[in-house]
Amino acid sequence: MQRIRLRYTKRGRLRFTSHRDFQRAFERALRRAAVPMAYSAGFTPHPKVSYANAAPTGTGSEAEFLEIALTQVRDPEQLRALLDESMPVGLDIIDAVEARTSGLADRLTASVWEMTLNGVAFEDAEKAVAAFNAAESVEVQRRTKNGVRTFDARGAVADLQAVRPQPDMPGGEPCAILRLVVRHVTPAVRPDDVLSGLHAVADLAPPVPAAVTRLAQGLFDEESGTVTDPLAPDREAAPAALPTAAGTAAATAPEGPAA
Amino acid sequence: MSAESVFPQLEALLPHVQKPIQYVGGELNSTVKNWDECDVRWALMYPDAYEVGLPNQGVMILYEVLNEREGVLAERTYSVWPDLEALMREHKVPQFTVDAHRPVKAFDVFGLSFSTELGYTNMLTALDLAGIPLAAKDRGLDDPIVLAGGHAAFNPEPVAEFIDCAVIGDGEQAVLQITDIVRAWKAEGRPGGREEVLFRLARTGGVYVPAFYDVEYLPDGRIGRVVPNRSGVPWRVSKHTVMDLDEWPYPKQPLVPLAETVHERMSVEIFRGCTRGCRFCQAGMITRPVRERSITGIGEMVERGLKATGFEEVGLLSLSSADHSEIAEVAKGLADRYTEDKVGLSLPSTRVDAFNIDLANELTRNGRRSGLTFAPEGGSERIRKVINKMVSEDDLIRTVAAAYGNGWRQVKLYFMVGLPTETDEDVLQIADMAANVIAKGREVAGNDIRCTVSIGGFVPKPHTPFQWAPQLSAEETDARLAKLRDKLRNDKKYGRSIGFRYHDGKPGIVEGMLSRGDRRMGSVIRAVYEGGGRFDGWREYFSYDRWMQAAEKTLPDFGLDVDWYTTRERTYEEVLPWDHLDSGLDKEWLWDDWQDSLDETEVEDCRWTPCFDCGVCPQMDTSIQIGPTGKTLLPLTVVK
Repeated sequence: MQRIRLRYTKRGRLRFTSHRDFQRAFERALRRAAVPMAYSAGFTPHPKVSYANAAPTGTGSEAEFLEIALTQVRDPEQLRALLDESMPVGLDIIDAVEARTSGLADRLTASVWEMTLNGVAFEDAEKAVAAFNAAESVEVQRRTKNGVRTFDARGAVADLQAVRPQPDMPGGEPCAILRLVVRHVTPAVRPDDVLSGLHAVADLAPPVPAAVTRLAQGLFDEESGTVTDPLAPDREAAPAALPTAAGTAAATAPEGPAA
Repeated sequence: MSAESVFPQLEALLPHVQKPIQYVGGELNSTVKNWDECDVRWALMYPDAYEVGLPNQGVMILYEVLNEREGVLAERTYSVWPDLEALMREHKVPQFTVDAHRPVKAFDVFGLSFSTELGYTNMLTALDLAGIPLAAKDRGLDDPIVLAGGHAAFNPEPVAEFIDCAVIGDGEQAVLQITDIVRAWKAEGRPGGREEVLFRLARTGGVYVPAFYDVEYLPDGRIGRVVPNRSGVPWRVSKHTVMDLDEWPYPKQPLVPLAETVHERMSVEIFRGCTRGCRFCQAGMITRPVRERSITGIGEMVERGLKATGFEEVGLLSLSSADHSEIAEVAKGLADRYTEDKVGLSLPSTRVDAFNIDLANELTRNGRRSGLTFAPEGGSERIRKVINKMVSEDDLIRTVAAAYGNGWRQVKLYFMVGLPTETDEDVLQIADMAANVIAKGREVAGNDIRCTVSIGGFVPKPHTPFQWAPQLSAEETDARLAKLRDKLRNDKKYGRSIGFRYHDGKPGIVEGMLSRGDRRMGSVIRAVYEGGGRFDGWREYFSYDRWMQAAEKTLPDFGLDVDWYTTRERTYEEVLPWDHLDSGLDKEWLWDDWQDSLDETEVEDCRWTPCFDCGVCPQMDTSIQIGPTGKTLLPLTVVK
């Protein structure tokens, strides 16, 4: 049995795909592409796919990961191209490696997020970010199925910066961009919780919903304050003669979200 | 009207609504054509939620047929849920197509497919959101032509005020014919405005334009006559019938949604029409004659469809799928072909006979055997004769015993309550039948078996022998159901193995009033819409009281009430609101069949007995097309 790890995106309008929607679409793509999937045993056999840490519905992502098990050996890059072809545009399969190490999920300890705040002046965002970073803890609330939960949104945030947008933003509307690195903790702190935190510390209130994109996901590196490519160890463990072109996409330099 | 995408405005609203994925389009096999390179543009709507509308075969077929044509484009639109509707109104976002998010008002034709009358209020919501006047008479040159189709369109009179035209029957050829007429009219510079293009459509004899017909009423409220108000339009409008289904292998590239929908499978229509002659069944009456797709045609569609979609299940659709002349060969051939690929087969709408157990065994060769559904429809032998559902209790027991014996654990029996001439006794016999089923089942398969009795309320439908019948009132329906429930509950010996599912009689009254309604029903529909009526097919949105209040407000102006439309029996002489829409069925024959029904006389199926003159074939110049062809499905060469 061969295991292949894939990195995929949720771009543009398909960021509204829920995780369950993605699963159905992906399993159908496996069938269309006639991938020799390994199936689970039992009355209703399912293809063996493990998903890691899916981004919330409505959030774009450049760095989602899953692993599939095959009954026959396939070239990861060819398989990636075939599956990418079979998936709707926006749910793009952008990287593939053969699994040669254990514990992909263990290497997903933090995410790099970008939030575009239309209608928010950069200076206001910067002030709010400074107040947030200065705080020891920032209590926020989130409505869940079991009622409203209160928790700290500050501790999980390893880095938070306001970035001045490119001057050619459409319409000349004020706009600020936030870049943040959030550790995966329990209970999970999501980008919108950080926004709630900015509201709590500095009354920052974007007039329209923020466009949120996960840029990278991987092992948190204390030294650099960012994350490393979680597929790199598999690539490094590969026999020397097989460097793949797609493998060069560094986790910290993604292609950026499609409009 | 600008055809520019409204997606940027919509996108800002989507984070605030439930299941936003249903509004973004981008489904596998969907098509976005260049707007400027097309001169006839259709917006197709299934007036219900995306999860119900997307798998609809009718819309999917027409979408593909139109988009295959050069210079023609078709996009789809569905009903938006009230959460998005409120935001769209607040932010002035119009009804949009999910393909390119263009405003519906920018299209030439706005075609709606009505499977049920309960979609009427959703049509009004969509028109209003689109910025199209609700009443046809208020529309201008830049509004689309609003066209109704689907089974409910066989009586379009309740919505006559809101639609520009209606087409009855099969849509494949009709939409192309309409396209040609609209194209020519546009190319000439739209001479004569809307009225002219509607007239050109009407004079074909296959498009009904309500505005070209006047309805005259008698003092007692009944219809006196329906008469064309201009020359050149026919007295009766004909239904469309596609012959040779193998020439129309649609959908070739079925849509595969990202959102979850009610039918997640690759559907192939194996034949159209049904001549079993069940007297309550409008679908069987209006889709005659039977036209089979050949076994090889079915095989090709399944193969191509699975490749195009990646679905795990194939549904072989028709009104009574086991009646295909080569169904055994089809089922075996497909099961053989797809064993390796773990593709499941399903056969909705099967009749009660032992043959179907063999078939069901074949279809589930590799899967699990959880439940089988049969539809005896009537509890007593007598009532089954009335409705012409020819199945004896012995047959049923034998069939169900065979099912339990073959490892099926759960059998669902479907019945109707409120059938013409029905008494409490007919309905109470349902309980006896269920008890006999369990008794026999325990004999062959032990105690670990169940049977569920599922009840629907009978609603008399146009173009059926029961179109004259009185509908049972909601109160009487509920009383009868309560008696049946008590009898099932008090069965000490078998009761615990029998489940009981039913709906109360109220929604059936609304459906009944709409299905046999006339133009005066339009004011009721409008009042319900204005009172907030939406998604009437959904229990959580349907409000019986809202419908009754609207009816009480508007119908007295005409000297009528709800009972007049529902529980009143019609006489032979009465002009029915849909008499000028020709389904091919001879009204005399329908009346005779109604009388036969009251005499408990059965009618055979004309596929294996001589013609009994229902009138469709000579009137429509069609004929039965059935096999067997003698061909089989060969194993596919494996290309991997």
